[in-house]
Amino acid sequence: MTEQTVNPGEVLLEVEDISLSFGAVRAISDVSFDIKKGEIRAIIGPNGAGKTSMLNCINGFYHPQQGTITYKGQKRSQMKPYEAAAQGIARTFQNVALFRGMTTLDNIMTGRNLKMKSGLFSSMLWWGSAQKEELEHRRYVEDIIDFLEIEAIRKTPVGRLPYGLQKRVELGRALAAEPELLLLDEPMAGMNLEEKEDMCRFILDVNDEFGTTICLIEHDMGVVMDISDRVMVLDYGGKIGDGLPEEVRSNQKVIDAYLGGGH
Amino acid sequence: MLDFLFFVEVLLSGLLTGALYSLVALGFVLIFKASGVFNFAQGAMMLFAALSLVGVQEMLGVHWTIAFIITVGIMIALAWCVEKFVLGKLVNQEPIILFMATIGVTFFLDGFGQTIWGSDIKILDIGLPNGAFDVGGVFIDQLELVAGLTAGALVIILAIFFNKTKIGRALRAVADDHQAAMSVGISLRYIWIVVWTVAGLVGLVAGIMWGSKLGVQFSLSLIALKALPVLMLGGFTSIPGAIVGGLIIGAGEKLAEIYVGDLVGGAIENWFAYMLAMVFLLFRPQGLFGEKIIERV
Repeated sequence: MTEQTVNPGEVLLEVEDISLSFGAVRAISDVSFDIKKGEIRAIIGPNGAGKTSMLNCINGFYHPQQGTITYKGQKRSQMKPYEAAAQGIARTFQNVALFRGMTTLDNIMTGRNLKMKSGLFSSMLWWGSAQKEELEHRRYVEDIIDFLEIEAIRKTPVGRLPYGLQKRVELGRALAAEPELLLLDEPMAGMNLEEKEDMCRFILDVNDEFGTTICLIEHDMGVVMDISDRVMVLDYGGKIGDGLPEEVRSNQKVIDAYLGGGH
Repeated sequence: MLDFLFFVEVLLSGLLTGALYSLVALGFVLIFKASGVFNFAQGAMMLFAALSLVGVQEMLGVHWTIAFIITVGIMIALAWCVEKFVLGKLVNQEPIILFMATIGVTFFLDGFGQTIWGSDIKILDIGLPNGAFDVGGVFIDQLELVAGLTAGALVIILAIFFNKTKIGRALRAVADDHQAAMSVGISLRYIWIVVWTVAGLVGLVAGIMWGSKLGVQFSLSLIALKALPVLMLGGFTSIPGAIVGGLIIGAGEKLAEIYVGDLVGGAIENWFAYMLAMVFLLFRPQGLFGEKIIERV
């Protein structure tokens, strides 16, 4: 884990005028925004506003019908999720998507998938280079386990863990890929206060220590205002606000959307 | 003393037949482990592989090793087609939908195999030893012994494949969650082709063993049904379970037939396996080695 130099201001990902619909349902309409290198970017909005759809567009699960996404200066057409992963985009999911039958350690090891090079045959025979490589990855994963303070559950099948810890393991798996852009879909949903505070700390630490750019969706306003550099607000698939937390907080449209002024 | 020797002979023969069941069961376990799908087409794949082997051998008049290599190519092509035309369209669907799709694949393979290679019973002879030999008064069938050893070797290779390689871990990941697997950069397409190829190859080996024993005929795909109780016993997700389950069923049904059969009028062999499976479903639904079913509510 090496520290990276961060040059804030440089745009890492730019979304231009994207629209996404499922049949007659419009999930996102004409939204543009950007994510700058090294920042923590929040996307907020009421339920069904299109936040998760936006993340799904960014990492290639969905393909918007209109608009473009430019990542690291490269405009991309339809991208497969594994290609997005190969280019350094990692993510977590709203309803924890872990490999339930596998242990914490194995789950996080899957995050190293793209970093492993050795061929099938040599790894089957547990040969020199393959063995060395596996051990190196293992060391990296152990560092993540230490970092997230989940040493005690290293060998536990994740299906047995409480929800808060599962979310932490999921974060670990995303970190194992050494992502440049980390997408977090409601990392604190369903957590108690203490767990939320831990998670906040981890997110800030990841951002500080590894210089990872983070884009997160969150409902807890206190958390969002505290940790994000910039906040974008979606409502009914459209963008209704974008800017620094304090700007967004005083935006009348945003207040209406949240306090039920409009609906 | 004679009684005891007879018992050992029955037991051994049962165990070795069991190894043959295990070979079939292995194919099921592989796909179930790797994609969470119960592959109804495994029996049809086994038959198709055996038919292709015999067919290629007859058509080209080549040595069986060359026919074997060509058949391996056919099974890889089959795996590619299954992914391209069936599974690839069903990403993120419920397991039951994937299961239904494999039923479709079964019908297709049964028909396709007959169309290409004909529906006669074919003799498969790749020089596996036949007949029995005598060890201290116990007769052992040579073919069954070879099948047993092959099953053992396959299990060791597969266990290493699943537990020690990057692909093995990716396979298990795909079985648990498609979306999450894709998000860590696993290509579903690639994994599915690999796993169906491996299952096809295991089917080929099983098809060779059964084909050498019974001839290559359409009832071979029914033997796949015997794999069901084996899986219930051993657990759907366990490779060693498929072996142990097969051995227990094989030995159990032979012993039951000989020693209990007379008391109830015989023909126990046909239903013993299913009854044993039912008992397991009642008391230990995950099987002997299956992953415990944990459901959080």
